Amino acid sequence: MQKTMEKSIEANPLNDPEQRSIIDQILDENKDLAGATMVVLNSLQEAIGYISPEMQVYVAKKLGEPVSRIHGVVSFYSFFTTTPRGKHTIKFCIGTACYVSGIEQIIEKAKQILEIEPGETTDDGLITLEFCRCVGACSQAPVMVVDEEVQGRVKANRFPKTIQDIKKMEANLA
Amino acid sequence: MAYFRSHVLVSVDPVCVQKGAYELIETLQDEIVKQGLVEEVQVLETSRIGDPETEGLDLMVYPEAVHYTKLTLDDVPFLVEEQFLKGRIAEQYIRETKKVVDEELSAPKTKEVRIVLKNIGEIDPLNIEDYIARDGYMALGKVLTEMTPEETIQEVLDSGLRGRGGAGFPTGLKWRFIRNAEAEQKYMICNADEGDPGAFANRRVLEGDPHSVVEGMIIGAYAAGASQGYIYCRAEYPIAVRTMKTAIEQARNFGLLGDNILGSGFSFDLEVRMGAGAFVCGEETALMASIEGLRGEPRPRPPFPAQKGLWEQPSNINNVETYSNVPQIILKGAEWFSSLGYKKSTGTKTFSMAGDVKNTGLIEVPFGITLQEIIYDVGGGIKEDKKFKAVQTGGPMGGCLPENLLDLHMDYEALAEAGSILGSGGLVVMDEDTCMVDIARFFMDFTQDESCGKCTPCRIGTRRILEILTRICEGKGKPDDIDTLRYLCDQINENSLCGLGKGAPNPVKSTLEHFLDEYEAHIYEKRCPAKVCKSLIRFEIIDGLCTGCTLCARNCPVDAISGERRQTHVIDPDICIKCGICEQLCPYDAIEIK
Ligand SMILES: Cc1cc2nc3c(=O)[nH]c(=O)nc-3n(C[C@H](O)[C@H](O)[C@H](O)COP(=O)(O)O)c2cc1C
Ligand code: SF4
Ligand code: SF4
Ligand code: SF4
Ligand code: FES
Repeated sequence: MQKTMEKSIEANPLNDPEQRSIIDQILDENKDLAGATMVVLNSLQEAIGYISPEMQVYVAKKLGEPVSRIHGVVSFYSFFTTTPRGKHTIKFCIGTACYVSGIEQIIEKAKQILEIEPGETTDDGLITLEFCRCVGACSQAPVMVVDEEVQGRVKANRFPKTIQDIKKMEANLA
Repeated sequence: MAYFRSHVLVSVDPVCVQKGAYELIETLQDEIVKQGLVEEVQVLETSRIGDPETEGLDLMVYPEAVHYTKLTLDDVPFLVEEQFLKGRIAEQYIRETKKVVDEELSAPKTKEVRIVLKNIGEIDPLNIEDYIARDGYMALGKVLTEMTPEETIQEVLDSGLRGRGGAGFPTGLKWRFIRNAEAEQKYMICNADEGDPGAFANRRVLEGDPHSVVEGMIIGAYAAGASQGYIYCRAEYPIAVRTMKTAIEQARNFGLLGDNILGSGFSFDLEVRMGAGAFVCGEETALMASIEGLRGEPRPRPPFPAQKGLWEQPSNINNVETYSNVPQIILKGAEWFSSLGYKKSTGTKTFSMAGDVKNTGLIEVPFGITLQEIIYDVGGGIKEDKKFKAVQTGGPMGGCLPENLLDLHMDYEALAEAGSILGSGGLVVMDEDTCMVDIARFFMDFTQDESCGKCTPCRIGTRRILEILTRICEGKGKPDDIDTLRYLCDQINENSLCGLGKGAPNPVKSTLEHFLDEYEAHIYEKRCPAKVCKSLIRFEIIDGLCTGCTLCARNCPVDAISGERRQTHVIDPDICIKCGICEQLCPYDAIEIK
């Protein structure tokens, strides 16, 4: 489930009835599991796209845990983010195989084209750049992940086309 | 249960969905109903087939493994009629002769023996019946009806099976510890965190033969007396998570999981839990903390997990590949298994080959094979026939081995002696264009980032090493840096709590040992012999070779290249960030690194 643009700008998903019901559903389904915290946080990250400070307080209350503990868990794991990302995410693998195969060149190209650094989102909220550590596709290194799709043997001079494809897809959807 | 004669696989990756993959599935299903083939043909979704750049849609038909491409919805009725009703291949829709190839796993090469990988690519991982048809769950049946838990443990012990996740501890022994522990509740855990960058064998097993892991875990649980199990899978592997969930559900429906398995009175159930991108969670005590819903920080051992593990209960943890070996050992016997391998390492090991080797991908070979054989005979040698420089084994806690160790027989002990580890079987091959100081810096950047921060030597020490290595790569190294590095390596190794800290110095220590000359060139001559370290190189266009084709200028990410069409181009060294794109692209090899 991908959040839409307007919603990603909104700071607190708990104020959005639709997202609120998703959050409540996730909590209801999992709160009695042994070790519920990770399951809940993973599901929230996937469904909402991030876990805002307000959401952390809410989760803590529902699970009967101190807020500091939930915050401690969220901050420990790199997959959990506390602010919304762009509509599309491009992750560059900086694992060993991708590093020796020259992923840096693609990163440089991306920085030039999108005018943002990894970790940032384009002004229009369309694309977020990120790093990741090995997605297990090392035999096709260098690798990047566009949304959920793993792309292998990527080349710097073909990167502009990736961006064009995303834009084209968006135009078709609009 | 219906038995389908044919399976149609439709690619539903984002590009194909965009091109109408779901409409294709609907049309296929309608047509299959229309032609009365519902009982015989099954339509399945899969990840990518074919080249997403071509127009139209792709599908594959099994068991024939025919690949139809460039389809439109209008082609469907005729295709279904030809392929499924009349049973002949609709040649006119095979618009490309190119066969789909599995880039990661090719047909077994000589010297390969496949136990763990034997089903991968051969069966439909989402269909338990495919696994059963290849003797799946027979070992479980045998254990539950003919063997006591103690006999099961003895068989695994006799096979010599050792953990495939790292330390190589005898699996049977681990199981016996748990069996002997007194507790109401015991847990069986599968470590599917595969965090070593460069390793991907576990992923392929989880995605391609999930039931072998499930079966191995049930057998282990029976032997150890565990009633609940968890598969902890890293979040970077969403397909593996989905596949394992499906496999567990199917096994439950077949009475292979849950209460009173196969009427034996033994009960065991399984759940998948996901990590969230922390490398240290591959460490067993951190992994258990993570399942409990806590920060994934390791804790001191003892107590060992076999005494106090998950929720303080006796717990067994094994790697994916360890479990996946178990059914075969039970079926074919300990003697068969221990006849494979070398010295104290029996059976086979998968290796994930990546980097500058010709045949990248997965292989499975008996222990004892040499690195030379793996890289040259199985791997086909170095890309572009360049010179071999090093092979990195075991991930960030492993080491870099040079050419004179290529005759090393691969087993747990030999690698440890050479200053590396087997780890999860990642092999990253590096050619002459790799700077070993830069590689050491790369790994230290990784461990420094992934250190959980609990102990000072690991947290601060790795940062100190990283600072020094960065400085050396920038040409600012000092003569006593090498001694300081050695000192820090020993301190971190001796005073860290968990394997991450203890192993973190290995990439530095091994490169210092085998490639000291490269460190010295950086420090004393301010020179990077492999021409990698950016502060020590510059890019220049050679007058006379440059044709002025403009390709480099159009692709430089910082617009550092100028020149008129058909005129020699020039790089402005003040702007150039030394990314190397131009050098790689220039069709006339007119760009030189100095
Ligand atoms: C930092 C660190 C990371 C580890 N990562 C993994 C991993 O990804 N997969 C794995 O099976 N074992 C990993 N291990 C080893 C486990 O702690 C444990 O020894 C192993 O899962 C036991 O299974 P085995 O006996 O089947 O090898 C790691 C250890 C350390 C110290
Ligand atoms: S050695 Fe490093 S990773 Fe391990 S517990 Fe200590 S700080 Fe954490
Ligand atoms: S790509 Fe090579 S030949 Fe073409 S302009 Fe650049 S340096 Fe000259
Ligand atoms: S090395 Fe990179 S930055 Fe420098 S000139 Fe070539 S393309 Fe441009
Ligand atoms: S190192 Fe990039 S996918 Fe493994």
